[in-house]
Amino acid sequence: MQNNKAFQRIYTHLEAVTKATVTVRAQGASNDELAVVGDRLAQVVKINGEHVTLQVFSGTEGLATDAEVVFTGRVPGLKVGEDLSGRFFDAYGRPIDGGAETDGQWREIGGPSVNPMKRKQPSQLIPTGIAGIDLNNTLVSGQKIPFFADPDQPYNQVMCLVALRAQVDKIILGGMGLTNDDYLFFKKSFENAGALDKIICFVNTTEQPPVERLLVPDMALTAAEYFAVDKNEKVLVLLTDMTLYADALSIVSNRMDQIPSKDSMPGSLYSDLAKIYEKAAELPGGGSITILAVTTLSGGDITHAIPDNTGYITEGQLFLRTDSDVNKVIVDPFRSLSRLKQLVIGKQTREDHPQVMNAAVRLYADAANAKTKLENGFELSDYDERALAFAKDYSANLLAIDINIDTTQMLDRLWEMFAKYFTPTEVAVKQQLMEKYWPGKK
Amino acid sequence: MEKTRGKVSGIVSNLVMVAVEGPVAQNEICFIDLDGTKLMSEVIKITGNTAYVQVFESTRGLRAGCPVEFEGQMLEASLGPGLLSSNYDGLQNNLATMEGVFLKRGCYTDPLDMEKLWDFVPLAKAGDKVRAADWLGEVKEGWLPHKIMVPFKFQGTYTVKEIAAAGRYTVKDTIAVLLDEKGKEHAVAMMQRWPVKVPVTFYKEKPRPFKLLETGVRVIDTFNPIAEGGTGFIPGPFGSGKTVLQHALSKQANVDVILMAACGERANEVVEIFSEFPRLEDPRTGRSLMERTTIICNTSNMPVAAREASVYTAMTIGEYYRSMGLRVLLLADSTSRWAQALREMSNRLEELPGQDAFPMDLTAIISGFYARAGYVTLNNGESGSITFIGTVSPAGGNLKEPVTEGTKKAARCFYALSQARADSKRYPAIDPIDSYSKYLEYPEIIAFLDEKLGKEWVPMVNEGKNYVLRGKEAYEQINILGDDGVPVSYHDRYWKSELIDFVILQQDAFDKTDALCPMERQKYMFGKVMSICRKEFDFDTFSQCVDFYKELINDFRQMNYAGFQDEVFRKYEAAIDRKVAEKEKQPSSVRP
Repeated sequence: MQNNKAFQRIYTHLEAVTKATVTVRAQGASNDELAVVGDRLAQVVKINGEHVTLQVFSGTEGLATDAEVVFTGRVPGLKVGEDLSGRFFDAYGRPIDGGAETDGQWREIGGPSVNPMKRKQPSQLIPTGIAGIDLNNTLVSGQKIPFFADPDQPYNQVMCLVALRAQVDKIILGGMGLTNDDYLFFKKSFENAGALDKIICFVNTTEQPPVERLLVPDMALTAAEYFAVDKNEKVLVLLTDMTLYADALSIVSNRMDQIPSKDSMPGSLYSDLAKIYEKAAELPGGGSITILAVTTLSGGDITHAIPDNTGYITEGQLFLRTDSDVNKVIVDPFRSLSRLKQLVIGKQTREDHPQVMNAAVRLYADAANAKTKLENGFELSDYDERALAFAKDYSANLLAIDINIDTTQMLDRLWEMFAKYFTPTEVAVKQQLMEKYWPGKK
Repeated sequence: MEKTRGKVSGIVSNLVMVAVEGPVAQNEICFIDLDGTKLMSEVIKITGNTAYVQVFESTRGLRAGCPVEFEGQMLEASLGPGLLSSNYDGLQNNLATMEGVFLKRGCYTDPLDMEKLWDFVPLAKAGDKVRAADWLGEVKEGWLPHKIMVPFKFQGTYTVKEIAAAGRYTVKDTIAVLLDEKGKEHAVAMMQRWPVKVPVTFYKEKPRPFKLLETGVRVIDTFNPIAEGGTGFIPGPFGSGKTVLQHALSKQANVDVILMAACGERANEVVEIFSEFPRLEDPRTGRSLMERTTIICNTSNMPVAAREASVYTAMTIGEYYRSMGLRVLLLADSTSRWAQALREMSNRLEELPGQDAFPMDLTAIISGFYARAGYVTLNNGESGSITFIGTVSPAGGNLKEPVTEGTKKAARCFYALSQARADSKRYPAIDPIDSYSKYLEYPEIIAFLDEKLGKEWVPMVNEGKNYVLRGKEAYEQINILGDDGVPVSYHDRYWKSELIDFVILQQDAFDKTDALCPMERQKYMFGKVMSICRKEFDFDTFSQCVDFYKELINDFRQMNYAGFQDEVFRKYEAAIDRKVAEKEKQPSSVRP
């Protein structure tokens, strides 16, 4: 790749200007190359002979046809090195914390993918202290999993909490369309936790143009790959909000006259999202990249193209909802799923974990049925009443996101609840576990 | 022959326009030279002097003016001994021999080991008249007989002039010399190449499938059987146990060769296959399953054009083994991702879109692909087959979307994975009511089943399906009217369907005994369950009915976990017989 041209190529006549793109007559432009149009950064998205179309990240408002176009001979990239730790950058990788430019080796962003044969099977549990996650939907290093949440849920707070509790070497935040308030929230939380030295942030706020967002995940993941591949570190990448990222994709594809597919999203949405999420990997050298993302929903609708495609790519999802019975935000045990939990539960956690977890969810489902019965005016049996009481306890003291205990404590707490509300036959777990853990039988 | 050359004139993502200086063919392969890195591409449209090519790699950094060289051939697969137990990408690069952690673009590796020596035994002799796909010799690939055939590209009749003596050869060594009709000599090696998008049709005939393919999965074999050489598809909403089912099929199906095409799916899932398949024991031979498996993977983050190629590469390898008289099972996960790759290219070509922006000919492309599967009789009278099962990933779980609809027209079996069943841990989550197998209506298959399982079998299967359907209806009534609001007979009807569900439809894929249920045993168990379903029982209250069936279900499940006809099995069977006899309505007590 020619990244170091001896001369700069400058063109001065724009042939066409749309809301997001400009077309210029130029020679030697290369695909994905960065250019500066006037004072704005742009990237080559289409070449047709000498007609080169560029996507202007910050929009084209006020651009005149005689604006200068300077091709840089470079694709978007990031200088990686230990220097990145503790720093805050914009979508282009420029410092926004008042600090100096970072120095390091230049890497292109959005680079090639890991050979699937060289990957390792994810096998390390990442504890978070939140029972809705650790107990029911265990997080595993090398996993990619989003929070599915309505915009009114405290997803950023939960994600921040998880990140700070997770035992990892680096936390990299990719913020897309973050409100300035949320950005400051993250910044403050990281500072308060005294974790700044292991944090790196790439942030695009709502005050900045939406198209810039497209660079954020690749920036964050290029930094992540440096630490995970070169330094064999465990890296946790936080991406919020991927729905706004996808919206930016649809803006660009719309400006380029592409035919939209489902929900006005570009036809390539699946591949575009997969390219990002699949960077999550357990690497042969011992490092790993784990991705925790946020996909905001509209009214809990998971059939919309963005959550739907995401669900096919990620290894499960964490579904947040407010439980009105206990007035707390919980991790919904029915709609949440961690596809990789089987790799660790009962192996790196206590032996009774898989059975106890399933029994609790089953009893919680019985409670949901009892609730429907109640709503439909049927009489409740004694079992129904007990199931409902259990559900309240379970929801408030385990599923709620403000719980912070370790997995063994979670399991003990569940056994206590089982004994309080049910008989051993109703819980129906393996006899051998029952004898060992049923309170009073120890 | 002089190669056609050209220059890049335009780029939109992975679609590149090339100004050509000579003849080019549709689907011809070309290499774009970017400062010494050669990027493999395929021609997908030609107008005037412009060829539109899809690049199988990232086009980052590509410029107008980059030189292009056309290869004069379509995308081809390399076929020969050594395919089994290999892991390929969509273009058949051997992933194991690739250097580095990352897939570097422009790096291509040999699909076959060029150095390895194979023990060759000739089957043909000098003077034999042969045609394409006729068997010249044999090597042992693992424990499978791998036939060395007259290359598929050879047209007309040839005479064997020389054939190598038994001995050790590499795939490149000449093992035979053939004379064509004009007397010209052609050297033949063990390795040959064939364009992946062209079906291999060097067989005598392709009859309608007539044999049952045993999978050991009851809900498939008993309720919705698939034929050897048949086609089926599985639409799986995410999280419905698709992967476990696929593993069960590949492990247990009564076939010789397994091909897994992981097309646009999660890399961690492929890693799971890579790490688990070598450890999985082939229940029929006791050897590693990987010995007779080839994995073709193009994960979702690998270049999208190569994703499209991957399913064709897999099918071509399947056809190669079918021509040797072997039974092949091809699993493609998921064909929706393949269709999406088609959509992305159609979109960039600015073709007028069909429904949901998919190309207009999507249904035709899907049917054309499914049509390559099948049971065939070879020219020498032997037979081979490709059974194809694809998965689709319906957007939003909506089965009315174009890929599912298109596939429905092409595939003969439909295994609907139901989210509700998965949620209540009823695995395999194949919905007994929505799923179907057209093969149950084939006179050939019915005749086969009549002979194998008796004339009463097919009517009994249909009767069983009816019980399940009626049970579901009864359940809905119970739900609306309440447990006491319906006659006890509604509960009886519902619980008969639950009996079938728990004993026949559900199966524990993680239990050694239950996971693989041979046809003989399926026949016995289904017959037993149906004999109870046909009986009438005396229940005073609905809870008596519920308790009765719950006990039966428990006993039956213990039977499923026990060895067929062993002591434990018989003990539980006796218990069931006793309980049934106690509760059965006596003729005298039947009121007029």
